[in-house]
Amino acid sequence: MQLILDEDQQMIAQTALDFVDEHSPVARFRELRDSGAELGYSADLYREMAGLGWTGIPFDEKVGGAGMGFAELVLIVEALGRKLAPEPFLGGVTMGGSALALGGNEALVSAWLPKVVDGSKVVAFAHQEKNSRYDAYAIATRAEATEGGYRLTGEKVQVLDAVGADAVIVPARVAGESGDRDGITLFLVESGASGLSVTRQTRVDHRNAAIVSLDGVEVTGASVLGIEGQGADLIDAVLDRAICVLTAEMLGGMSEAFDLTVEYLKTREQFGVKIGSFQGLQHRAAEVFCEIELARSCVMAAARALDAGAPDATKLVSLAKAKCSDAYLLAANEGVQIFAGVGMTDEYDIGFYLKRARAAELTFGDSAFHRNRWAELGAY
Amino acid sequence: MSDLEAFRAEARAWLDENAPDGVRGMKADELNGVWGGKRCEFEHPDQKVWLERMGAKGWTAPTWPAEYGGGGLSKEEAKVLSQEMKALDLPPALIGFGLTMIGPTLLRFGNEDQKQQHLPKIIRGEIRWCQGYSEPGAGSDLASLQTKAERDGDEFIINGTKVWTSYADQADWIFALVRNDNSGIKQEGITFILIDMDDPGVKVSPILLISGKSPFCETHFTDVRVPVENVIHEIGAGWTVAKALLGHERTMIADTFGSSSGGTRKPGERSFLSTLAVERVGERDGKISDPVIRDDVARMEMETKAFGLTTQRTADAAKAGHQPGPESSMFKLYGTELNKTRMELMVRILGPDALGWEGDGFDEFALDTTRDWLRSRGNSIEGGTSEVQLNVIAKRVLGLPA
Ligand SMILES: Cc1cc2nc3c(=O)[nH]c(=O)nc-3n(C[C@H](O)[C@H](O)[C@H](O)COP(=O)(O)OP(=O)(O)OC[C@H]3O[C@@H](n4cnc5c(N)ncnc54)[C@H](O)[C@@H]3O)c2cc1C
Ligand SMILES: Cc1cc2nc3c(=O)[nH]c(=O)nc-3n(C[C@H](O)[C@H](O)[C@H](O)COP(=O)(O)OP(=O)(O)OC[C@H]3O[C@@H](n4cnc5c(N)ncnc54)[C@H](O)[C@@H]3O)c2cc1C
Repeated sequence: MQLILDEDQQMIAQTALDFVDEHSPVARFRELRDSGAELGYSADLYREMAGLGWTGIPFDEKVGGAGMGFAELVLIVEALGRKLAPEPFLGGVTMGGSALALGGNEALVSAWLPKVVDGSKVVAFAHQEKNSRYDAYAIATRAEATEGGYRLTGEKVQVLDAVGADAVIVPARVAGESGDRDGITLFLVESGASGLSVTRQTRVDHRNAAIVSLDGVEVTGASVLGIEGQGADLIDAVLDRAICVLTAEMLGGMSEAFDLTVEYLKTREQFGVKIGSFQGLQHRAAEVFCEIELARSCVMAAARALDAGAPDATKLVSLAKAKCSDAYLLAANEGVQIFAGVGMTDEYDIGFYLKRARAAELTFGDSAFHRNRWAELGAY
Repeated sequence: MSDLEAFRAEARAWLDENAPDGVRGMKADELNGVWGGKRCEFEHPDQKVWLERMGAKGWTAPTWPAEYGGGGLSKEEAKVLSQEMKALDLPPALIGFGLTMIGPTLLRFGNEDQKQQHLPKIIRGEIRWCQGYSEPGAGSDLASLQTKAERDGDEFIINGTKVWTSYADQADWIFALVRNDNSGIKQEGITFILIDMDDPGVKVSPILLISGKSPFCETHFTDVRVPVENVIHEIGAGWTVAKALLGHERTMIADTFGSSSGGTRKPGERSFLSTLAVERVGERDGKISDPVIRDDVARMEMETKAFGLTTQRTADAAKAGHQPGPESSMFKLYGTELNKTRMELMVRILGPDALGWEGDGFDEFALDTTRDWLRSRGNSIEGGTSEVQLNVIAKRVLGLPA
């Protein structure tokens, strides 16, 4: 495993940074928030990104993808994370897309994946329920067998990128109790299905998230992804990919928050000097720098391990999430402290990073959760 | 078979044939390794045989040019050699400042005579070196050093005192920073010079460390006469050499802690640290029974892995032609802080068993760990303190104002 970017990857990263700089400054995110945009992102800009091939990066050429991997996708998402671009790369491309690619039958794949890849449709993935915290098997939603298929009843919360989505992939229980690893099946439910309702939630980070209620939603057997009753395997695989992509976004966010802070250290004057000359602040900045460097190595390693199907991929994903959770929070907390009074104002962008850092930390498990997972994988 | 694989087979065969049984499985670190030199005492006679054979082959300094007695290997070959040594559970035949600090400095700054004179002896472990940088008034602020060097014909006459000279009492030579001129800014007028410790004007008095081992010394110079040929680089331009050598020192210190983490373990296999914790703390339902220790063990392993990946990333970038810069301070800082945390965790895992100093009722592993813990407190001081590394990062990497 080489932890450097090859020439193609350097180009992807640079193109993404340039595009995001030009088309998606943080001011755009602010505008989306202030206008209360229902989607929370821009459908037009998303299609433009898809036009650049970004949404197809990790998918097979057969479905119109680029046949590359997470090592490349994370470069795009890191750039998006820098400017808090809220387009649905996590919930849609990564979670919905991966679930289809890994678990979809031929009909589902050919009906949906090319459209996920060309950006014309968004498929969300509803892994969380109320009180499930980080237990992906804490699923109470039920799937009862009917004559033609299944009837789904239950409620999913904070479903990422589900507002405006064309379909939602829903894990539901065909057997067992909430918390059991066995007895979970994944279904693709199209928007507009009778009994399905999607309610926008307003989170601290203002990203697209929703309550997805299923009140006796009827689906056919053809909508099943993966193996009936063994959906946990598919959830695990999807979540590992999602965590990896999220850490890339976090890496971008912490890098930008830190750059803003360093810039402020070099310009703000107090006591007749630049505040960046105070050693108390210099040392803290240097510490943040080190943490970001370590986080970057972990994200690169996790993405490459997933692409290679390496046996330690899951451990490296946990490592990346733990490091990024801590490092992003550190960068954002120190940022607000160093911006001091103005850092607390809505007018300054640093606060956005603080909120996103916390939201990202509490998505898919915080650092303590992932240390526990690391220990479990290490048999202790 | 690629050349590298051919080399691997050849190296393994040679090692297997030439490594005496007595050294297999031996540890080599600051407290246990063979440092060489005229006063060298071997714990085991096989260590001497091992040093002679490896030294003759140049494999104590695998990448140094063969013309000076080095191994003449490429970096890739040297890596293979070290992998094969690990596979056969063989320690390095020689450790010390000759190999890690003054050797690389001579290769870069020494003239041909100096290289011919010293490098082969370093490689064969015939001379042991110590580092004369710090003084009572010059620690972090190294450039304020005052040890005086006065020119007298073809010689310098040296007077002054160095402190914290690790192992000066066992060294044959010292590489020292001395001041030949006081007129300019403090970084000017410093000369990097090699001094024979056998000179009657050199006196060494040991300082006892809190760990009891690892002898520090004060080194006093009274009218010590040193030929001008012993100056490395140019008279008065020693600061350049000093900084380069500090770079080697920091890299060496960081490597010591970063390299242990790169190895991949099979998933589901317990690590050294977790095994230790299970044994010493106890196990419940297959987990370390103290959840706080368990979390700390995981944290330690993860930090170590993250650090190892970062040193690897830098090494990969260097191979691709990217010159490493002042960010190497990060490795010194992080590696040493990490090692201190590791030693503290080990002590906490051992619990009251870690309270032994020597003697009855304490096992050797626990006794070693306690001493290592005490010694590790110096990691973030030697070679430039953590605070100084943070300054370097803030100013030279982040460009923050002075
Ligand atoms: C919630 C809130 C309520 C407030 N209420 C009031 C109020 O009612 N009335 C009022 O008058 N003010 C109020 N303030 C303002 C508050 O007193 C100032 O924000 C505070 O004194 C810091 O000044 P500053 O924001 O200009 O930061 P700066 O002085 O610009 O500091 C920027 C950064 O540099 C650091 N720094 C500055 N100087 C040094 C130094 N010498 N050494 C090391 N680090 C240094 C700071 O710690 C900070 O991290 C309030 C602020 C907040 C956040
Ligand atoms: C185990 C060990 C082995 C050593 N081996 C050798 C050796 O072989 N040869 C040799 O020459 N020296 C050796 N040293 C000495 C070592 O290089 C010095 O101890 C070190 O550079 C610090 O200097 P000092 O002890 O004088 O501390 P001081 O410089 O007096 O520092 C005191 C405190 O102030 C802080 N400080 C100082 N300047 C700054 C600043 N600008 N900003 C912020 N904080 C600052 C320091 O970080 C420290 O916490 C060794 C030290 C140790 C611990």
